[in-house]
Amino acid sequence: MIAFYFIAILTLASALMVVLHRNPIYSALGLVNTLFLIAVSFVMLDAELIAMLQVIVYAGAIVILFLFVIMLLNVETEVRTARVSRLGTAGLVLALLLALELGVFALVREPSSGTPELPAGFGSTELLAETLFSDGMLSFELTSLLLLVAVVGAVVMARRKVES
Amino acid sequence: MNVPVENYLVLAALIFAIGCAGVLTRRNVIVILMSVELMLNAVNLTFVALSRQLVSMTGQMIVFFVMTVAAAEVAVGLAIFLAIYSQRRTVNADEISLLRW
Repeated sequence: MIAFYFIAILTLASALMVVLHRNPIYSALGLVNTLFLIAVSFVMLDAELIAMLQVIVYAGAIVILFLFVIMLLNVETEVRTARVSRLGTAGLVLALLLALELGVFALVREPSSGTPELPAGFGSTELLAETLFSDGMLSFELTSLLLLVAVVGAVVMARRKVES
Repeated sequence: MNVPVENYLVLAALIFAIGCAGVLTRRNVIVILMSVELMLNAVNLTFVALSRQLVSMTGQMIVFFVMTVAAAEVAVGLAIFLAIYSQRRTVNADEISLLRW
């Protein structure tokens, strides 16, 4: 339980760093931290394969892509415009409402039914693959099509300048 | 490890709210994309927590697909930013108003 609160607070702090820091590189580093801590949560939830994919695909590939583009574009630190519009006030009110709702939820909730006993091998590669290739077969094939389209789209987008 | 599932749901809701605030308040399109990633991860956390609670692998399967979509989205999104930057020399969401009428 203590481990959960420790991880949760660190995750929230890193997530806030992504959103609040003015320098995009620090935002990307905060994102790595957040994704890694979420992977720790996945391990605590008995999802080992998903946790490993999280570290390899998210923290490895995606954030490196972000950092690569940030350095390629030489993005300057954002100038913070001090305009608290009506939208900002509305957002603040909504955020407070959410905090209130979550607080009430945490205080008055029914005692949880407890965590169920898991069958052996839950979250393993074998079981996930079995689900993936039976229930999710069509989605799996469509995913490969999506990746192909994304690769072609990214290449076309990135080299438009060269042609013109 | 006996953490109730509600704790994970609350944590995921908070991460989602932080990511949403980032999308709405930041002006740098790269940081906006990072905030979208935060929101996707919050949903992933919900899926995995409920997958454990319901003893079903379907939630983890959906997380697998969400990761694929996120990777594709980032690749295409960053390619679009590169194209925009080479034409307009900016990644500020306020100055990119090509599709605004």
